[in-house]
Amino acid sequence: MVVDGMADESAETVDRLFHALADATRRDIVRRCVRGELSVSRLAAAYPMSFAAVQKHVTVLERAGLVTKERRGREQLVRTDPDAVGRARQALDELESAWRARVDRMSGLLAEDAGTAGGPGAPARDADTDENTDENTTEGADG
Amino acid sequence: MTVTRVDKDVDHLTLTLVADFTAPVEQVWRLWADPRQLERWWGPPGYPATFEEHDLTPGGGVRYCMTGPEGEKFGGWWRISSVTPPTVLEFTDGFSGEDGTPDPEMPTTSVTMTLTGRDGGTRMELRSVFDTREQMERLAEMGMVEGLSQSVAQMDAVLAG
Repeated sequence: MVVDGMADESAETVDRLFHALADATRRDIVRRCVRGELSVSRLAAAYPMSFAAVQKHVTVLERAGLVTKERRGREQLVRTDPDAVGRARQALDELESAWRARVDRMSGLLAEDAGTAGGPGAPARDADTDENTDENTTEGADG
Repeated sequence: MTVTRVDKDVDHLTLTLVADFTAPVEQVWRLWADPRQLERWWGPPGYPATFEEHDLTPGGGVRYCMTGPEGEKFGGWWRISSVTPPTVLEFTDGFSGEDGTPDPEMPTTSVTMTLTGRDGGTRMELRSVFDTREQMERLAEMGMVEGLSQSVAQMDAVLAG
């Protein structure tokens, strides 16, 4: 969503986004409001700061397009609302990159241990990989 | 490539990853079973992990803490459901607050790790399932925010240059 359009955005928009995400409280607000809308007063109760200070943070996030704010009765409701399918795919992508990085580090450690045997990062056996190539092709198809 | 196959099943909230190592099964198992080795690969670079508890028995627990470049702390835990040394490890993987207690707001995944001997090397199959869709989406959102922070920081550097 936000990431896709970013290449075309003006420097001003990027600045706004950067500024919005550079603060730990604001990142936390974005996280909290993913699960459903929360009122500004409820958010304010979660941080050691005034209602007005939290409201200011929400306004910064709103300007950066990261949250939406809606008035209902006396409450102002804040919500982070990206596309659900995108989120699911994103979660699996996150998990995949975390595990790929771990496997790389495991490989590095094993190569350290092995010393001369095999050499760092050497594939187990090239002859065995052919049975996996078919399944690999499904990976890019869902983009 | 060490990772030979990845399958992402959005409907079943499941990631399956297959990796082949040249090292024998016992040696790959030690990466999981020895906390001193585990802490060298579990966390990302710049976030050294310390495993304070590491009990790989059914019902046992693992507790660790990672320290970020600015001194920020990230805690995590595993709860072991099944273990068959040196080939199978099943556990629930979750996050903790700074004090080390499990954070119920944060997502958990169920991980099944299987090692199989293969031509003198080892195939590791890892299956990770998000326990609820809501949690999965939450992790995605965190990832999105962190990822966005990083890419925006990089962009900022480019724009400043």
